[in-house]
This record gives sequence, C-alpha cells and structure tokens, in this order.
Amino acid sequence: MSDFATLTDITGHPDGWETYDADQQPRMGFFTDTSICIGCKACEVACKEWNVIPEDGLVWTGDSYDNTSELGANSWRHVAFIEQRKPLRQDDEGDDALRWLMSSDVCKHCTHAACLDVCPTGSLLRTEYGTVVVQEDICNGCGYCVPACPFGVLDKRHLPRKPDDEPLALPLLGKKEDGRVWKCTLCYDRLKGGHEPACAKACPTDSIQFGEVDELRDRAHKRLDKLEQNGWNGARLYGDDPDDGVGGFGAFFLLLDEPEVYGLPPDPVVTTKHLPEMWKTTAFAAAATLVGTAVAFLGGRE
Amino acid sequence: MSESITGVGTEMQSYYGRPIVKEPVWQPEIPTYLFTGGIAGGCSLLHGFARVAGYERLAKTALYVGAAADVVSPALLISDLGRPERFLNMLRVFKVTSPMSVGSWILFVSGGASNTAAALELVGRLRPVKWVAELVSFAAGAPLATYTGTLFADTAIPVWHEARKELPWLFGASAAASAGAATAIFLPPKESGPARRLAVAGVAVELGVMEAMQHRLGFVGEVYKKEAAGKLARASKVLTAAGAAALAARGRRSRGAAVAGSALVLAGELALRWSVFRAGFQSARDPRYTVIPQKQRKQQAQSK
Amino acid sequence: MGTSFGRGGATDFQQDLQNSDCIVIMGSNMAENHPVGFQWVVEARERGAHVFHVDPRFTRTSAMASKWVGIRAGSDIAFLGGIINYILEHECWFDEYVKHYTNAPVLITEDYQDTEDLDGLFSGWDPETHEYDITTWAYKDTEPQTAPGKKSSATRGEQSGHGGHGGGLSHGEPPEEDLSLQDPNCVFQIVKRHYARYTPEFVAETCGCSVEEFLRVAKNLCENSGRDRTSAFVYAVGWTQHTVGVQIIRAAAIIQLLLGNVGRPGGGIVALRGHASIQGSTDLATLFNILPGYLNMPQSAAPPGLDSYIERGTAPAGWWGKLDTYIVSMLKAWWGAAATKENDFCFEYLPKIDEDHSEYWTFTQMLEGKVKGYLIAGENPAVGSANAKLHRAGLAKLDWLVVRDLVETETAAFWYDSPEIETGERKTEEIPTEVFFLPASSHVEKDGSFTNTQRLVQWHYKAVDPKEDCRSDLWFYYHLGRKIREQLKDSQDPKDLPILDLTWNYPTHGEDQEPSAEAVLAEMNGFDSAGQALAGYKLLKADGSTASGCWLYCGVYGGDINMAARKKPHWEQSYTALEWAWAWPMNRRILYNRASADRDGEPWSERKRLVWWDAKQKKWTGVDTPDFDEEKPPDYEPPDDAKGPDAIRGDHPFIMQSDGQGWLYVPQGLLDGPLPTHYEPHESPMRNPLYSQQASPDRQRFDISQDPHNPSADEPDGDAYPYVVTTYRLTEHHTAGGMSRFVPYLSELQPAMFCEVHPDLARERGLVHGEWATIFTARAAIEARVLVTDRVKPIRTNGRVVHQVGLPYHWGSRGLTTGGAANELSHVVLDPNVHIQEVKAFTCDIRPGRRPRGRRLPEFVRERRPR
Ligand SMILES: Nc1nc2c(c(=O)[nH]1)N[C@H]1C(S)=C(S)[C@@H](COP(=O)(O)OP(=O)(O)OC[C@H]3O[C@@H](n4cnc5c(=O)[nH]c(N)nc54)[C@H](O)[C@@H]3O)O[C@H]1N2
Ligand SMILES: Nc1nc2c(c(=O)[nH]1)N[C@H]1C(S)=C(S)[C@@H](COP(=O)(O)OP(=O)(O)OC[C@H]3O[C@@H](n4cnc5c(=O)[nH]c(N)nc54)[C@H](O)[C@@H]3O)O[C@H]1N2
Ligand code: SF4
Ligand code: SF4
Ligand code: SF4
Ligand code: SF4
Ligand code: SF4
Ligand SMILES: [Mo]
Repeated sequence: MSDFATLTDITGHPDGWETYDADQQPRMGFFTDTSICIGCKACEVACKEWNVIPEDGLVWTGDSYDNTSELGANSWRHVAFIEQRKPLRQDDEGDDALRWLMSSDVCKHCTHAACLDVCPTGSLLRTEYGTVVVQEDICNGCGYCVPACPFGVLDKRHLPRKPDDEPLALPLLGKKEDGRVWKCTLCYDRLKGGHEPACAKACPTDSIQFGEVDELRDRAHKRLDKLEQNGWNGARLYGDDPDDGVGGFGAFFLLLDEPEVYGLPPDPVVTTKHLPEMWKTTAFAAAATLVGTAVAFLGGRE
Repeated sequence: MSESITGVGTEMQSYYGRPIVKEPVWQPEIPTYLFTGGIAGGCSLLHGFARVAGYERLAKTALYVGAAADVVSPALLISDLGRPERFLNMLRVFKVTSPMSVGSWILFVSGGASNTAAALELVGRLRPVKWVAELVSFAAGAPLATYTGTLFADTAIPVWHEARKELPWLFGASAAASAGAATAIFLPPKESGPARRLAVAGVAVELGVMEAMQHRLGFVGEVYKKEAAGKLARASKVLTAAGAAALAARGRRSRGAAVAGSALVLAGELALRWSVFRAGFQSARDPRYTVIPQKQRKQQAQSK
Repeated sequence: MGTSFGRGGATDFQQDLQNSDCIVIMGSNMAENHPVGFQWVVEARERGAHVFHVDPRFTRTSAMASKWVGIRAGSDIAFLGGIINYILEHECWFDEYVKHYTNAPVLITEDYQDTEDLDGLFSGWDPETHEYDITTWAYKDTEPQTAPGKKSSATRGEQSGHGGHGGGLSHGEPPEEDLSLQDPNCVFQIVKRHYARYTPEFVAETCGCSVEEFLRVAKNLCENSGRDRTSAFVYAVGWTQHTVGVQIIRAAAIIQLLLGNVGRPGGGIVALRGHASIQGSTDLATLFNILPGYLNMPQSAAPPGLDSYIERGTAPAGWWGKLDTYIVSMLKAWWGAAATKENDFCFEYLPKIDEDHSEYWTFTQMLEGKVKGYLIAGENPAVGSANAKLHRAGLAKLDWLVVRDLVETETAAFWYDSPEIETGERKTEEIPTEVFFLPASSHVEKDGSFTNTQRLVQWHYKAVDPKEDCRSDLWFYYHLGRKIREQLKDSQDPKDLPILDLTWNYPTHGEDQEPSAEAVLAEMNGFDSAGQALAGYKLLKADGSTASGCWLYCGVYGGDINMAARKKPHWEQSYTALEWAWAWPMNRRILYNRASADRDGEPWSERKRLVWWDAKQKKWTGVDTPDFDEEKPPDYEPPDDAKGPDAIRGDHPFIMQSDGQGWLYVPQGLLDGPLPTHYEPHESPMRNPLYSQQASPDRQRFDISQDPHNPSADEPDGDAYPYVVTTYRLTEHHTAGGMSRFVPYLSELQPAMFCEVHPDLARERGLVHGEWATIFTARAAIEARVLVTDRVKPIRTNGRVVHQVGLPYHWGSRGLTTGGAANELSHVVLDPNVHIQEVKAFTCDIRPGRRPRGRRLPEFVRERRPR
C-alpha cells in the first residue's frame, strides 16, 4: 500500500502508531460477530453510561426496533435491526422463513483513517493501541472529519439540539453549542487502566469481542469457516482484510448479508488514498490558473 | 422491513434508505467562503500580473478587492467552526494530508500578505516590505484559488470525491472568473481589459469543466440535475453565460454593460459554489450514490 | 412445578443450558428478558443443540433459535399435549425413568372420570360452588387431604405453596402400582387416553402452526432425550399469565418426566423469574398465603393450635415430614425467648387467613370500600396490573395510600395524573385518598441480596449513599416497627403482644441508622441455642432449641460466613460453580439430581454424569451438591414405621414428594384438574375444538361492573372483538416502567408505545406503518404507533385467519416517554391456583387513527360494546 506510506512520509507528522516506539502497544480492536448478537443494546447503554454521552432525543422511527438510527456524536454504538423474509440457514425449508439480523456498529478504527488524515488540528490522534481518538480539548469543530469518514461515524454534537438538520443561518459567531465532533474512543481511558471497553464488557453473548487485532482476525476466520460448514446463509467477514481500501478495520465484523443492508459501505476507500493524485491535479490547475491569468494580459491595452 | 432500492442496473438494499456517509456539517459560510476565497486568490494573480504589465489602476483595484476578500474569508471560516475560540488550533500543525490544514496556512499567508500590501499601498510607506508582501500574496494566489477543489474532493462525499480530477480545475476557473468580474466592476472599461478577458475565459473554461465533470461522474453526477444543486447549477450556467456574453460583446464599450456583466458573472459563480456544495449534501443523503459505484467497483475488481 | 416435582423453583440453572442437546423456549422471550442467561442458550446452539422458540411472535429469541414455531396465544396446552401424545404414540418415553421415578404405574381410583368422558370436565365438578370435589382424583384406596371444611384441594385462599405432599399416603408407597403400565386405571394409561386426540393435525389446527413444524419440535425433543442426551424447557410469563397457566407448566413437566429429563444436566425446566429477586420474595413470603419457606399460612377455619397445624401439614414421607422443625424454628426466630413449648411457640400470634387475599381480590374489596389504607412498595399497579383502571378506581376509595418507590410512579400520582382525570371521569378534588410518597433507595444504595431465577442468593454491597430522603426498605420497615413498638410499649392489650414480643433488635450503623442486612440474613439462616449459625436445615429441631427465619435458606450463613457473598469466578471451578454465592436448598444447583443416576446410583451415561453413588465411600457425590440424603444407599428400602425423609426409598429422587416420585398425574394440590387439558382463553375468537366446555371451568373471575368482558366465540356477538391480543416486554424497558421510562438512556431506545401487527391485518384494517392505531376492548381504548411486521404470526386455522396484535405493556403517563398502558385493555380473570391474571391472551379490535380525547373516550368504548 505504497499510497499510504507516501502520505505518512510526506507529513512526517506523528499520526502513525509506529511512532510510539517503545510505548507502542499491540493493536487492539473489536471483532463483532453479528451471528450471535441478540440486539439487547446493552453495548449502546454501557457506552453511554461510561462515556457520559447525552441523550439523543426520543424519536420513534418505526424502523424495526432501531430508534438510534445511526452512529453519531451521541451514539458511539448503534445496533441495527433488519427484518427479512430469508432463512437463517441455507437448508431451511419453508417460504415463510424469517430472519432478524442485528448488528452493533461502531467506529472502525481504520488502519488508514480518513478522519485522522484530514483533521487540520491534529485533534484526531492515533493512540499507542493503534486506535483513533478525538482529543476534545483540541478539536475546533471544523467538521472536516465528518464527511471524510467513509462510514459516516463522526458527527458534530449540537447542544442544545437544533430543530432539524438544515444548515443554520448566517452569521454564527459565538453560537452556543458543543460544536465538537465525538466518536468511539475504543474506551481509551479504560484501556489505559487495563480494562476492556465498556460495550464489550456489557455484551452478554460476546458478540463484541475485544482483543489484539491479529488474534481477532484468526478467530474470525475460524468462525466464518464454522458458519459456512453449518450452512449459514450469507455469512461473510467485513473489514478483516488488511489490503482493503482502508487497510483493514481495527473493529471489523462478521455479517450475514451485504454490508449495505446494514448501512455499511460495500467497498470503503480512505479518501486520502487519492490525495497525492489530487494534489497533483491541484498543482496543475493552479498553474493553469496562473498561466491563464497571464494570458489575459496578452491582448494588450484597448 | 428493509427497503430495496433499484439503482442503475443493480437491485440494491439499503438500511431504511438511510445515508451511509454523513452529510457535511458545514454551514452557509463555507460555500460563501469558496466564493470569497476564489476572489482573493484570483485577485492576487491579477494584481501581480497587472503590476508587471503596468496596469496600475487594475493592480491597485485587484489588490484592494483581494485584500477585502481575504478579510472576509477567515471570518467566514471561523464563524463556521463549532468552537470558534479554538481557531488557532488550525495553525497548531501543518498536515499535507489535510487540505484544510494546507488551506488554512495558505489563507493565513495570503491574507496576511495581501492585507499588508494593501495597507502599505494605502499609506504609501515601506515600499520594499510592500513588494515582498505583494510577491508572497501573488505566490499564494493560485493555490488559494484551487486548493478548495481538493478540500472537497478529499472527503467520502461521492459527488465530490469522484470529481477529484475536475474540482480543482472548476474552482480555479471559477476563481479566475470571479476575480476578473469583481475587479472589472470597479474600473472603467479601458482599464479593465485583462480583468474582463479573465472573467470571460474563466467562465468558458468553467462551463466546459462542469460539463466534463458531470459526464464523467455518470450516475453520481445526476445530483447536479436534481433539487437545490440542480437549480443552482442551472442558474449558474445561465448567469455566467449571460454575464460573460455581455462582457465579451459590450464590456469594452459600455461601463454599464461591464458592470452588469460582471455582476451576473459574480452571481453565477456564487451559485456555482453553492451548487457544488448542495450537490455534496444530496449525494451523501441518498445511499445509492455511495453504494452503487462501490459495488460496481467491487464487481469490476472481482471480475479481473 | 411444585405439584409435579415437589418444589416450585426452576429445576436447573441457566449456565447448565450449555449442556442441553435440545432447548425448547416457550412462553418466554429469553433473549429479550433474560439476555445475560441467554448467553448459555447461544452457547448450547454453538455446541450443536437445537433451539426452538415457540411463540406467537418472532422475537429476538426466535432470531437466535434454530427454528421459530409461531402459534396462537393461549394454545400452549394443545401444543404440549401433542408432544405428550407423540411420545406415547412413538414409544419415546424413557422407560426405566418413567417406571421408577414417576407415578406412571400408580393406580387411580376407579371413580375417576376424565375430561374426555365428561366433555371438558373432570369428575367431581360442582356447578353450584364452581369447585371440584377431588376425592375421585385420588390414588386408589386413599383419601386425599382437603382443605378444612372443603372437598377441594384447598380453598382459594390456602393454595399450598409447595408440592402436593400428602396424596393420602400412609407412608412413602402408593397402595397399588402396575409396573407393566398396562392397567387401564394406572396413571400411564390415563395420560395416554387423555392425550390421544392431540394429534399433529389437531395441534396444527388449534395452534396455527404447520404439522411439519410441530413434528420437528416433537421429534427433536425425543431424539435428544434418553440416557445419553437431555433436553430442557424454558418458560416465563408467556405461560403463567393464563387462566390455565399452572396447567401449561404441568404439561411441560409431564413431557420432561416421560422423557426422563428432570434432575439431569442440560435437562429440566428452567422457570425464568421476573424482578431481580422475585424468587427471593416468594421464598420469603410476600404472598398472602404462605409463610417463609412455603409453609402454609394458618387458617381460621382449621382447628386451632400448633399441633393441629403440624398434623395437617406434615407429609407422611419426604422432607415435608419435617414441617414441625421448620415452623417451630421460624416461630423461635420471630419471637425468640417469648416462644416456648408451653405457649405453642407463640403459634397463635400468627395471623390466620379465611379466604383469598390476593392482590386482585384486595382491589375488588377496595372498590367496595372495605379497605381503608394501603401500602405499596416497589409496585406500580396503576400500570402493571390487569385492568389498570379498576386498580386506580380502588385506590380512589382508600383513606390513605403510602407509595414507596424510586420515582413518583403512576400509582403515586393517580390522584392528579391518570386517564380518568384526563377524560373527566374522576376529579382530583373528589378523591378522598391521602397519598404519601416515600422515596426509596435503590439496590445500589444499600447492602442486600437478590435470589435470582435459579434460586441463587447473591449478595451485593452498597455502592453509593442514598440521596436526600431516600431510605432502604429495610430501614423503613425496621424503624416503622421500632416506632410502633415504642408507641405500644406500655400496652397490656393481648392483641399487641405479637408485636411487642417480636425479636426486633437488628444492629444499625451510620448516620441514618441503617439496619444491618447481614444480620437479617443471619437470622433467616438461623442458629442453635448457643447462638451458633446453623449449617443446614437438617439440623433444625422442633423442640425450640433452634431458630431459623426461613428453613430453605438455612445454610446461607453457615459457619457465620455470608455464603451468598462468595465470588469465585466460574473459570476457577467446575461449571456448576458451587463456590459462587449460594443456592437454596443447601447449595444444590440442579434439583432432584439423584435422578441423574440410574436406580443403582450409576450415571445414566458418561456424557450426562452429574451425581452418583460412590460405593466405596458409601455416599452420593458428583459435580453438584446431591439433592438427596448423602448417605442413603440406592437400594435403601424404608422400614414400615419410617417417617419423613426416612420413608423415601433409595431410588426415589423426588424427596419433597410424599412418594418420592415425579407426578405425571396430580391427585391433589391443584384446583382445576389432575391433568392439563386444552381450554380456550377466557376471551377467544375460537371455539374449543375439543369440548363444548369453552374455557377452564375453574378460572377465577370477579363479576364486577368495572371489569366487563368481550364475548367469546361461544357467546352471542362472539366476533365483536375479533383479534387476539397478547402483551409482553421489550429489552429496553422494565415492567411498569418505573425503572426505565425515567431513564434517558433506556427511554430513547424505545421512545413510544407501539403495537405490532402483521401486514395482512394492517391491510384488513387500514393501518399504516408508523402512524397511529386505536386498540380497544370492552374495558378501554388506547392508542399506539403502528409497527407493521412479519414477525407477528397470523393464525390460519379451520379455513379462517385469526390475527394477533402484539402490545408491549411498559408505558404509562409519567416519565420521559409516555403512552397508553396495555393494561387499560386487559381484564381480571385469573388462574385459580396462583391468582395470576390472563394478560397473555385476550381479545380486542383495532382501527387506524388516534383515540378520542376527553369525554369522548369512554363513550367510544361504551358504544362499541355489544348489548
Ligand atoms: N428487559 C426486561 N427484562 C425483564 C423484564 C422487563 O420488563 N424487561 N421483566 C422481568 C419480569 S418481571 C418477568 S416476569 C420476566 C418475563 O419474561 P418473559 O416471560 O420472557 O416476558 P414477556 O415478554 O411478558 O413474554 C414472553 C413471551 O411470551 C409470548 N407469548 C405471549 N402469549 C403467549 C402464549 O400464549 N404462548 C406462548 N408460548 N407465548 C406467548 C410473548 O410473545 C413473549 O415473546 O422478564 C423479566 N425480565
Ligand atoms: N399486560 C401485562 N401486564 C403485566 C405483565 C404482562 O406481561 N402483561 N407482567 C406482569 C408481571 S410478570 C409483573 S412482575 C408485573 C410488574 O408490575 P409492577 O410490579 O406493578 O411494576 P414494576 O414497574 O416492576 O414496579 C416495581 C417498582 O419498584 C420500584 N423499585 C425498584 N427498586 C426498589 C426498591 O429497592 N425499593 C422500592 N420500594 N421500590 C423499588 C421501581 O421503581 C418500580 O416502580 O406486571 C405484571 N403485569
Ligand atoms: S471509521 Fe471513520 S471515524 Fe472511525 S477511524 Fe475510520 S475514518 Fe475515522
Ligand atoms: S472537527 Fe475536530 S476532530 Fe474533526 S477534523 Fe476538525 S478539528 Fe479535527
Ligand atoms: S469502545 Fe468504548 S467508546 Fe467505543 S463504543 Fe465501546 S464503550 Fe463506546
Ligand atoms: S450488547 Fe452484544 S448482543 Fe447486545 S446488542 Fe450489543 S452486540 Fe448485540
Ligand atoms: S437486568 Fe440484571 S438480571 Fe436482568 S438479565 Fe440483565 S443482568 Fe441479568
Ligand atoms: Mo414478573
């Protein structure tokens, strides 16, 4: 993945896990096995309790049992619920087969994290555990990381909440809101204290498995083999591949259907993968603008 | 029940039709900034060349207009921050991986330089310092005019990211056109020739790039035909074309035509920035624009 | 379960479900309501077990099961009876187990007549009194023990909290048995005849599942039972909240006895309890009709005196033969030195009951103005009890009401915030009740124990101090008692003596004078005359030399150690985790585990080893604490004069039963029949396919105007309310909402009351997903958001479709998320044995749109009532 290497080379900025040298810890992450998720949302609640995240509004969606709807500034775990007229196992008889997929989504702690790359303040940081964390005392709320994340994980916290999501009117200097972005920290504070993240701790079925990413990948492959042997319908790993568009997720998944069914992108690519090329284009365009402006003077005086 | 959506040639599922990537959280300040930043960048160039070519009035006007735009621009950016008081954190680091970081430095340098130059010009003192400032401002002009294309392209917003080859060109042309028009407004026709020509050429290039970009975007590009982005794109096309035509046809002779043409171009450029801005939201909001290109890409990769 | 096995508790613990080869979850939504325990079901599934979920709705449990079987709410006995029939038809029963560990061979009196003979009634039905005379249900040549002055098992007030002990047996052996199981009057043959009509086709028609689905469950159960394999049943209130709730559980007990699954690893019946310590609260007698440890409450109609009480309650064989030691020790714990042999250990201080004093009965008495004051602690009947409106009407007749709760619930606020106030049916100014709200501290603010669903007593320590005026319940009762005693201290009135003589001297600590919860636990455990903590209930004496607040808990404080506070993790010990906390009785985790070994005391198979007879050491041993006399050899035959436990044979594992056997057939102890029979719910859109007797004849009802009923299919206008409605829980909320609707993190997860309906029903009634619907019965109407989903099963039967409406019951008018309470709709018709309301199956109608407001609401309901 030379693209990424160049980027880090160019910056020389310590956004790499490698730069911790002696303090570097094994890379930690999650393997979320959705085949055993019971949709209890204990992970959501545990996360909110531990991280003292504000309530996110009492909106009933009618989207099955999902009233959280998406990851955002006030939901760092989100359990998706998908009702399907499909059998759980391939050999299940009957046309009235039903299955109810549940999956707890979270920040992927990407190997190549767009959010971290694009953050202009260095607020987003790669920790010694290889995770990606927002430093809330540095974030100035520029919001760049929000559209940069290929998974739509980050969001700005609006407190007090605005009535809808339409942009507010000009000018907004001194608006009274939190304004910063928030997301899963992989419980950085707990890791430092030698504890597993709150969501994993609360998960009753071990659908959320916390550990060293390398080991989790092995485990995930074994799990997939088993499910395939047992004829599970649509089982696949998502984000386990270090050669994918974001260099593999620190928090990856076993899904039972296409990623987009769960609201996940099918082939996410870190946006900065194309940045060298984009800078090149910018340079050409800049040069052209320069030359073009000069050309405007060639006509001579009227 | 999960919704199924028909995409281009693909039956696609989505999660209750919800977006996958987040819409930007940027507010109206940002497209406005794109516009003012473009003016500032373009004016720096215009000013520099005018100085060299001996168009003193044009040079001075471009300097003042650019400096004014360079004052408004950071104000807009700061206003958009969730924590404006932490603006200086932008300058904590310099990150090539962050177009916003790069852009902040460019804006910082450009704004500092153009305002110093303008101030010194006004008071008529410290010539050598002014020259240096002018030189710096000139150097920052082209990057300032174009980096915003990459600022947008370097996101996961489909219609922006997929247009990464065009956006810098589009924004560069738009900056040139805006700067030309903004300067021409304040000058009698005989002083503003290069500015008008720049505006006309900028519009021409921009219309071409826009066409090419939409064509290359294919399915994703259809957001430029829909809703707010579509309306703004159409308005931009009509306004810029009309403005450029007026400038080209009668700008040399009639001051009134020059002013009207310039105003139309400026309005068109503002509409263009807004159109691109809104298109980003629209393409983020509808999961099809995220999913379908990615699926196609995946299928292609697999079939290889 | 009490009548089938001898104790009412879950026979197995949840962790042991990992050892099951087949798990049938029916009448419970375990994943949603017992998510932590459910991990062991997932574990079993991962190990290859078949997991079935039989439920009217496809729930989060179904999503995890190998197979969901959708059935009509209220049709469980048909389904289970079908399994019984399948076992008998296909000769799948565990022969050795059935012949020796159950009462299958016992002969029943020839006067017995079955529902199959009497079109839905058992012999002994008295249409006048609406009660059964149980003499014809008895074992041949025995007299059943009946309630004083009654022919039935018990009065409605005195339903024994434990196994039907007597059976009229003189000692441990029933008079006549036929080990060949051929005698037409033996239990086995009676059962066989009783269920002969429960064919797969009958099941499919009655329950609305397919024949294949039913057969898949039945086959799997049979294939996964026997020497080498075990299956488990899991249920909760999806079974109990019916007019035939007890009988549904009985049907499962019959299956598990026939298949030989009780007392064995991965087998048995896991009853899932509700509130964190609901098991504990029944153990310690929050019910009106039992004393701690399931001792019967003395009755006013019975002859007075301790001796008579003991004589009537003592079983000839088994551990109920030791009743004298339990009751005397309890009296000693209560009245200490004042309790002497001469004064019957103060037995007469105990209150006596005359009739039903259950919750629902008490509210009907309130309506009549017969109850002056009421103290409600940790309950929210204005939302949680069936026909909530009736309950609020009762409260409005009181002189005073005290509510102790964490938050101001609908019950505490009924006088100014309730649907009646909104409609103008009741006005705050006109309510005479003086309401006191006393804030309670929560479990994290106090020391104490929970007895969980598997009888495990687990200690917890205070984490934070209670806020402001919040006080623990223990604090409240202790200081209330102390103050009353202070007021009475000079009283000479004999009626005050029971209070003055109480041992009421718990040490207190801290600024708030918080009583020591451990001291209470120690008292429950008991001590000898030297004040030494007792190690177990075997040590209890009837001579007053021991005291024990609850004989079942004797041992929890053995050796002066708080055994409930033991916290050795399971990965440091065997899976039974005997050193984690303490389970009653005597830290036994699987009840009746002597049945995990064959008659000779050998494990049935290597794979299913649990407890066995160690011939060398001459004692029972294994990975669990043996639920048997440790030193009684398998070949022990009781001498003729043996009594109590000594009268139980060495190969009879059910040591609480007077014959040591599991009861397929219950000759006494139940009011509504010796065998489970399919009856329709009290309100049902379907005719009973078996009998002209539509619903259980013995269901308990209160014919009061506040509780009008929807007509059933056998009545005129039987189609007025055409849909079956069932009520249930969501993971995100807790019961009547006091602990969840006031918590933002939970409220936002399920922020509105909704109803679940099938797309076909939505089409039929014009309901729109995401919009509002009004659901109504003869009692009331509520509104809810519409969730259209395939997960609710439409029942296709007899060529017609019966739709079901699913309603969570957590909402009320207070808290962060508010909404209509499902219990506005439900009625007060109860299971006669345990007085539990039928809220799992009744009828309703539904239409699109919001409900009428104000006065128009009661009019709307009235206008739609037929007649
Ligand atoms: N999260 C959470 N957990 C809880 C509680 C809570 O409120 N919230 N409450 C606790 C309490 S107090 C209790 S008692 C337990 C109760 O635990 P459960 O018994 O699991 O609770 P319910 O959801 O009331 O009902 C269980 C299931 O019975 C189904 N059902 C309804 N009618 C019938 C029927 O006729 N036959 C069959 N076979 N199934 C039927 C319902 O569809 C539902 O899925 O949960 C405890 N745990
Ligand atoms: N329609 C329908 N109705 C039902 C059911 C159903 O399935 N369907 N289920 C039934 C069942 S199984 C149950 S258990 C009931 C539950 O119904 P209720 O018992 O009436 O309701 P809860 O909300 O559990 O009430 C418990 C209250 O105790 C308070 N509390 C908690 N801890 C403490 C404490 O330490 N001290 C004190 N003093 N208070 C405390 C809580 O705040 C809460 O308000 O509902 C029954 N009603
Ligand atoms: S998932 Fe998004 S927020 Fe998380 S690390 Fe990757 S890019 Fe950043
Ligand atoms: S919003 Fe905060 S974390 Fe995100 S890019 Fe801007 S400064 Fe960095
Ligand atoms: S790791 Fe921590 S912060 Fe991240 S979702 Fe889990 S509990 Fe929340
Ligand atoms: S806690 Fe575990 S089982 Fe529960 S919803 Fe979260 S991931 Fe699923
Ligand atoms: S709430 Fe408590 S008792 Fe209920 S499942 Fe969770 S941990 Fe167990
Ligand atoms: Mo309960």
